[in-house]
Amino acid sequence: MRMLTFAKRNVKEILRDPVNLFFGLVFPFVLLILLTAIQSNVPVNLFEIPHLTPGITVFGLSFMTLFSATIIAKDRTGSFLQRLYTTPMGSLDFIVAYTLPIIPISVIQSVICYVVALFLGLEISVNIIYAVLFIVPVSIFFIALGLLCGSVFSDKQVGGICGALLTNLCAFLSGVWFDLKLVGGVFEKIANLLPFVHAVEIERAVINGDFSAVFPHLYWVLAYAIITLLLAVLLFLRQMNKQ
Amino acid sequence: MDAIKIVSLTKKYKDTKAVDNLSLNIKEGELLSLLGVNGAGKTTTIKMLSCLTKPTSGDAFLCGKSILQDASEIKSLIAVSPQEGAVAMGLTVKENLELMCGVHSFSKEKRLNKIKELTSLLSLEEVLRKKAMKLSGGYKRRLSIAMALISEPKILFLDEPTLGLDVIARAQLWDIIRELKGKITIILTTHYMEEAQALSDRIAVMKDGKLLICDTAYNIKAKADTDDFEQAFIRVVKGEVK
Repeated sequence: MRMLTFAKRNVKEILRDPVNLFFGLVFPFVLLILLTAIQSNVPVNLFEIPHLTPGITVFGLSFMTLFSATIIAKDRTGSFLQRLYTTPMGSLDFIVAYTLPIIPISVIQSVICYVVALFLGLEISVNIIYAVLFIVPVSIFFIALGLLCGSVFSDKQVGGICGALLTNLCAFLSGVWFDLKLVGGVFEKIANLLPFVHAVEIERAVINGDFSAVFPHLYWVLAYAIITLLLAVLLFLRQMNKQ
Repeated sequence: MDAIKIVSLTKKYKDTKAVDNLSLNIKEGELLSLLGVNGAGKTTTIKMLSCLTKPTSGDAFLCGKSILQDASEIKSLIAVSPQEGAVAMGLTVKENLELMCGVHSFSKEKRLNKIKELTSLLSLEEVLRKKAMKLSGGYKRRLSIAMALISEPKILFLDEPTLGLDVIARAQLWDIIRELKGKITIILTTHYMEEAQALSDRIAVMKDGKLLICDTAYNIKAKADTDDFEQAFIRVVKGEVK
């Protein structure tokens, strides 16, 4: 009951912010449309829709980190959490209520991207449903990262770190905009050590129906999701005790 | 009967003693104001009493429950209205109140009754459907207090409730606090001398974590040999009053 009440509040806070709505739900499909328009005017295959859409669905999740981190940081700095810490709500109530409601938002974002992609030429296939399902473990990583940042940084710092730094890291190190092999060297090695490119590769493999190619990328993403979630829970509990 | 019994409560941060060996008893239904200059230890005291911070040593008993042993039971007896307002800005006034009802697991009937009662008590009817972020400072404070009162607390902590409010909003909030007086035990921290004088049964003055005096405004003025409470406060803080 407590957890559900607080989770509902978090959804309302996120979805009532027009900036969140734009970046979370509108911006990814605006990108899809823009890049598809560019593709139709250049002679090389840069942004073909079956290759681009999975990347955009993963890139869009970086905004989930921003949502998650912002709401927690604001609740912390505005003393709202301090008020709630003096109620019978427990640490599990907080952690679940901050994490779970963003998963359906991530799924909706992914569905919107694939529906727009269908209009832009993506072939109708059952793989789209699987691709949306595979977004869930990826989204857990991004949401946990938000929980972690929100537990450590102020709401202003979160804007810079998650809003600017993370979205750029995700964009450049995920292979969404260009093939990482084109840069190669240390850049490619670093990118392969991070989860972003693996998340994109999972989505691309699934949308192509090549499920064996999901591995080992899924292991990378799951490992990052679990470690980030554990770290986020620890840091959240630490700031809770500090209060 | 004592609602709060504080026994040698101490909080140390590295080399600094934020609260130093504080002992104090507060009666049921009493309104006690905690006064002091910045860094006196008022907020740390409230944080310890509301189980947000563990004391380094000592203990306090709220309605007979220890802050060290019975923190979860204490949480159902108290409510806090923090300094910053602490409301959910994206929710309406009604939704904020509903949220607190949900957090305390109230039934639908109790929720409806409680919201009606508090809306009337704090005169929130006209802003019930307004988002908290669009409320004036005075209404935000009223909402903050309403949210604290949802759980029917026996002890209410008000941390600088009128900070930054205009004269009218402050006077309105004073009326609300007077309404609550006697019904629940209230600990109020403030920087405003006239507020402490107008509302409190007793006033406790703290400096550097230590309790300097705890008495009625009348007695503090008498001990400081002045009719002006602000002067009396200054003399107490300067150590000129024994």
